[in-house]
Amino acid sequence: MIKVQQKDFNYSLEVAALSEGNHDVGGVCAFSGLVRDLVGEKHIDYMTLEHYPGMTEKCLVEIEAEAHHRWPLEKTLIIHRYGRLEPGDQIVLVAVSSVHREAAFDACRFLIDFLKTNAPFWKLECTGGDSKWVTAKDTDTQACDRWLNGDKKE
Amino acid sequence: MKILYFSWVRDRIDLGNEEIVLPENVTTVEQLVNWLQSKGDGYASAFADLSMIRVAVNQEHVKLGHPIGENDEVAFFPPVTGG
Repeated sequence: MIKVQQKDFNYSLEVAALSEGNHDVGGVCAFSGLVRDLVGEKHIDYMTLEHYPGMTEKCLVEIEAEAHHRWPLEKTLIIHRYGRLEPGDQIVLVAVSSVHREAAFDACRFLIDFLKTNAPFWKLECTGGDSKWVTAKDTDTQACDRWLNGDKKE
Repeated sequence: MKILYFSWVRDRIDLGNEEIVLPENVTTVEQLVNWLQSKGDGYASAFADLSMIRVAVNQEHVKLGHPIGENDEVAFFPPVTGG
């Protein structure tokens, strides 16, 4: 399931729903991303997340389908927020349930790595009166490429 | 054709989206970029370094050489920074 929303989400309830009523599930793996108040030496007052409505949903559905194609999974969940977010706020939640832990760990990592380099979101960091678009990191692209090149242990 | 701009590409052009009539000799994204570059300083600034530009046609990531037609939706944006 994917959700692209402005409002916050309840981490515990969302993660619990991945195994609720399904006793085939042996493990659930979840990753949540939060807004930090410091980037390098710079203090961040708040952040605005922009996205491309339509393409975002399409892209997340594709990433989710690819995870199901690669691993035997029970359920997957991607929640990504947009709009104004304060330090400490939740930005993203990726969670996976599976019969065994290996698939859950790997698929969870895959989902967040792929999302970071493919889903059309852009972060604008605001400090005082200044705002600055965040620059994409090479390390994120490399993390995604490792899955494409197939040299990650599965 | 509908064109959308996001993040600092939109800021530099000062426009979120626009409808254009595709010139006859423009058949790829790259040719569209060349045509847009001549539309004004904001466009020239946004498209000054094409290594920083990513493109989607009909909401799918594509390369600059991708073919385009009048009914396509084309979007220009910097590398994504979500998650």
